Amino acid sequence: MEITREKLLDFYKTMVTIRKFEEKACELFAAGKLPGFVHLYIGEEAVATGVCANLTDKDYITSTHRGHGHLIAKGGKLDLMMAELFGKATGYCKGKGGSMHIADVDLGILGANGIVGAGQPIATGAAFACKYKKNNAVAVCFHGDGASNRGTFHESLNMAAIFKLPVVFVCENNMYGISISQKYHMNVSDISDRAAAYGIPGVTVDGNDVVAVYEAAAEAIQRARKGDGPSLIECKTWRQKGHFEGDPQSYKNPEEQAEWLQKDPIPRLEKKLLELKYATRADLDKIQAETASRIEAAVKFAQDSPDPAPEDVLTDVLAG
Amino acid sequence: MTYAEAMRDGLRVEMKRDPNVYLAGEDVGPFGGCFGQVAGLYQEFGPGRVVDTPISETAIVGHAVGAAAAGLRPVVEIMFMDFMGVCMDEILNQAAKMRYMFGGKAKLPMVIRTPCGGGLGAAAQHSQCLEALFTHIPGIKVVMPAEPADAKGLMVAAIRDDNPVIYVEHKLLLGVQGEVPEGEYIVPIGQAAVKRQGSDVTIVAWSGMVPKAAAAAETLAKEGISAEVIDLRTLSPLDKDCILKSVGKTGRLVIVHEANLTGGFGGEIAAIVANEGFDLLNAPIKRVTAPDTPVPFATVLEKAYLPSEEKIVSAVKELF
Repeated sequence: MEITREKLLDFYKTMVTIRKFEEKACELFAAGKLPGFVHLYIGEEAVATGVCANLTDKDYITSTHRGHGHLIAKGGKLDLMMAELFGKATGYCKGKGGSMHIADVDLGILGANGIVGAGQPIATGAAFACKYKKNNAVAVCFHGDGASNRGTFHESLNMAAIFKLPVVFVCENNMYGISISQKYHMNVSDISDRAAAYGIPGVTVDGNDVVAVYEAAAEAIQRARKGDGPSLIECKTWRQKGHFEGDPQSYKNPEEQAEWLQKDPIPRLEKKLLELKYATRADLDKIQAETASRIEAAVKFAQDSPDPAPEDVLTDVLAG
Repeated sequence: MTYAEAMRDGLRVEMKRDPNVYLAGEDVGPFGGCFGQVAGLYQEFGPGRVVDTPISETAIVGHAVGAAAAGLRPVVEIMFMDFMGVCMDEILNQAAKMRYMFGGKAKLPMVIRTPCGGGLGAAAQHSQCLEALFTHIPGIKVVMPAEPADAKGLMVAAIRDDNPVIYVEHKLLLGVQGEVPEGEYIVPIGQAAVKRQGSDVTIVAWSGMVPKAAAAAETLAKEGISAEVIDLRTLSPLDKDCILKSVGKTGRLVIVHEANLTGGFGGEIAAIVANEGFDLLNAPIKRVTAPDTPVPFATVLEKAYLPSEEKIVSAVKELF
């Protein structure tokens, strides 16, 4: 598959946006400006970027507790996201959801989710709706290695397979379910092997190579759109930060961490762009600087926004 | 027509009216449902709209959440209310919370149909009335019709509601006959019905306990006690005005539910009346319920377990 200069640069912009958003969230959280929990996507940017580059606003995604990257890659607005992290009235959820529950249903983002594995049946249902309405849309379920041990995984992949639903399960294997190594929490090394149990395709790709992710997702999504049913894509990647901000990460082997930092997806893409002469270092620096100012503008929007009114606690429980 | 036929008629009317309404669950297809409640719908609407699922309660409810968020109006069946525990996260943390968490920007028009109740010797895992687990959860509605006309009217209302509705049908009521209006007939959610007028005591009941409360009122009338019987029909949102108005007239309140005592919905009603209607009461509030045990198997034990007309009569008499 030919990847144009424009597409590669788009990938780069998205990945840098996610990285800088997360670095800013990290900084703000450490400064005590964000309530609650924050789970950062740093190091995994190639997965959301490569997958969502194949989607339109009509397609659906379900995300996870580590959802900022998925939302940005699917077109989520930075200012509304940042305002939600601050718990402001202008945030995506009017301050009622926070980092773990950001959604934009109009963009097909059916929400980050605080329950590990909860997105799998929801994505299955969204795909059911796509097939029912024959609208050629698909659903993508992002989930982690830990979530692939949930019962939701089994029930959803089985149901999606028998109904031939247009859904792609993207497993971000970042090697740890919170503090527990994949080597401990499952007895297979490639999660994609589990696809065989449902009679669907399963592939493992280098999740830090955005082009590899893009190509694998393109094939699975095309298959889904054609009506040939679901697929499982395992993207092997690495969570550079802790499970949550404040996690001491004592369970990580420092050598392994150092090794994975060498495989950071963003410098890898920069190298490719420079080698192909699709960009100069100055071009990349310019993208970085422009992105940083967009993030700063989002922070300013959030900080300048009002808090929700206390009486708003009672609204939005039920429709109608 | 029977209660089951009336429920089915409500479903059929809505499926004809709105192509986005579909039914999914275990054995709802050619088999027609475990108690035959949906017999004929598969033949009428076909496999695209009456969908047999695997035995996967989590995926049944979870897929409904995703399908509803993506614009369909699923009606899903959980074969016995006892099985609701299998899909609790999908109800508790997904369906009930999405609208609020997303700041009011999601709409989840979905119905979970489920049969409750003892009396069939089905023992502890196929006989429970678990409504109190669900009335405790903000963000969902709970309806429990006791008569054929309400079975239809509440099904139509539940399907047209833009919120998740748990529609509980009592197994012993499925064959009960009654007059049912034809065509589009709606019983608004949130409205109780005064089933029998009375002046000495208010008996509040719902679902399978309504006929027993009515029979008890008949017996009490012969003994000179005039009982008013309220069929709640909807538990959440509760029509507390109907209860308070009646207690204002009678000064006495007996609450009857088939579920066990502790943490039952009767406690909530008692608390509301004690709080908002204390001055109306001439006697302590009584609750007639099952004991705090699992539902037993043997006929003699189950009879001892279930609230009966006799138990209601004797509870009422204690107030005089």
